[in-house]
Amino acid sequence: MAELSFNVDHGYLEGLVRGMKAGILTHTDYHNLAQCDTLEDMKLHLQSTSYGKLLSSSEADLTVSLVDSKLRESLVTEFSCLRSNALPPLSAFLDYITYSYMIDNVVMLITGALKQRDVAELLPRCHPLGAFDQMAAVGIARTPTELYSAILVDTPLAQFFQDAVSESNLDEMEAEILRNKLYKFEADRRAFIITVNSFGTDLSGGERSELYPSCGKLYPEGLRLLARAEDHEQIKAVADCYPVKLNTLAFLQQFHFGVFYSYIKLKEQESRNIVWIAECVTQRQKSKINNYIPIFPGTS
Amino acid sequence: MLLEWMMNGHAILYTGVTLAFWSTILIVGICYTIFDLGFRFDVAWFLTETSPFMWASLGIGLAISLSVVGAAWGIYITGSSIIGGGVKAPRIKTKNLVSIIFCEAVAIYGIIMAIVISNMAEDFSGTTPETIGARNYQAGYSMFGAGLTVGFSNLFCGICVGIVGSGAALADAQNASLFVKILIVEIFGSAIGLFGVIVAILQTSKVKMGD
Repeated sequence: MAELSFNVDHGYLEGLVRGMKAGILTHTDYHNLAQCDTLEDMKLHLQSTSYGKLLSSSEADLTVSLVDSKLRESLVTEFSCLRSNALPPLSAFLDYITYSYMIDNVVMLITGALKQRDVAELLPRCHPLGAFDQMAAVGIARTPTELYSAILVDTPLAQFFQDAVSESNLDEMEAEILRNKLYKFEADRRAFIITVNSFGTDLSGGERSELYPSCGKLYPEGLRLLARAEDHEQIKAVADCYPVKLNTLAFLQQFHFGVFYSYIKLKEQESRNIVWIAECVTQRQKSKINNYIPIFPGTS
Repeated sequence: MLLEWMMNGHAILYTGVTLAFWSTILIVGICYTIFDLGFRFDVAWFLTETSPFMWASLGIGLAISLSVVGAAWGIYITGSSIIGGGVKAPRIKTKNLVSIIFCEAVAIYGIIMAIVISNMAEDFSGTTPETIGARNYQAGYSMFGAGLTVGFSNLFCGICVGIVGSGAALADAQNASLFVKILIVEIFGSAIGLFGVIVAILQTSKVKMGD
């Protein structure tokens, strides 16, 4: 009976998010972008899409990293527009989306602190969707318990870190393990990333299965397949059906929160696609330019 | 997990109220049976002692109020989707007001039936069940029934048109050719409100209050 009461609190935002989804670049847009020879050309093409005047307002040199940061900025603006108008429970749901970025930021700051890098130079590289107040202080902590009791206990991440703070010391490998333990709710993508990352290290198949999250579409058959996969070919076979397609399927039903999550993920994928095309254009490697993942088939 | 659910404030309230209600009924029923007062539970007495005007007024009230609830429900469901979709696709604003008009029609059915039914309430001079006469009782019950009919059918018709209209607005924002197709679904949805009005008219066609 969700359709009877969903629109009271969330009808406007659902309509808004679906309108924003209509602005995601299509096949034809990507085709046009791939034909460009310079970043200036790409800027012109992007102006005719829903990105509008995004890039033209900057007078600095047009580099790929500038494009990346501008795209990220536009995603953050749209997200904060949605978040500021949201009522619970949608607001809690949108907060959960930011938690994964927060965890990324925390782990990055921890590893940075371990390598004696200055916290101030790492802060701008944190993902803006995962910003929270005590971020700068994270780098100062020396042990996990200190990290938890001094800083994280006040943030919304406290509940996730509670189980993970049993490590006796912090080192590089453990940081990644920490991150994976925390990611129980972003199941599938992490499963793939764990597998790919563990090729280079010496985690055995058994240890790998321990790290896999216990939820998500791949559980349990897909996970068993992945644990046995030994090279990239097998990974591709398992990966063929999933991420972008699932996200586009979320738009086929009304009156649920999946559209918000899917929109954020698709927008991120689009940013990655645009940055990939920009990189290929600047490095003049036209052969690889079609390796992006198109999101929607071209419509009239 | 059941324990968790029971710790929820709403759940405690609902279970408490339900328990209190049913235990009251059970205890009162048992007491009446034990003390041999069962004769006091008299349905015939209730039906003949209540005035037909009470049933008629209830019918009129239900006709208009349930229809308005249905129309309001439908309008807010559709309206919020039109506003949301209209931010990025302003062209849908005017066309989708048709959905709102379909919801509003439901409220109009309700008020028409309320006026028709209330015009049938006439004065009569009897005071006891025999002098009031069967025809007045029948009039009261018919008016109540007609009010129920039109009220509930308009309630659900309004909700139906609202949900379909919301889908129509969001689909129109993506692809303008879809609107007319979904409008056909809405027309079928609003026909069910009309069925309620027709049956209510039939129910009150034989009503004659008075001496």
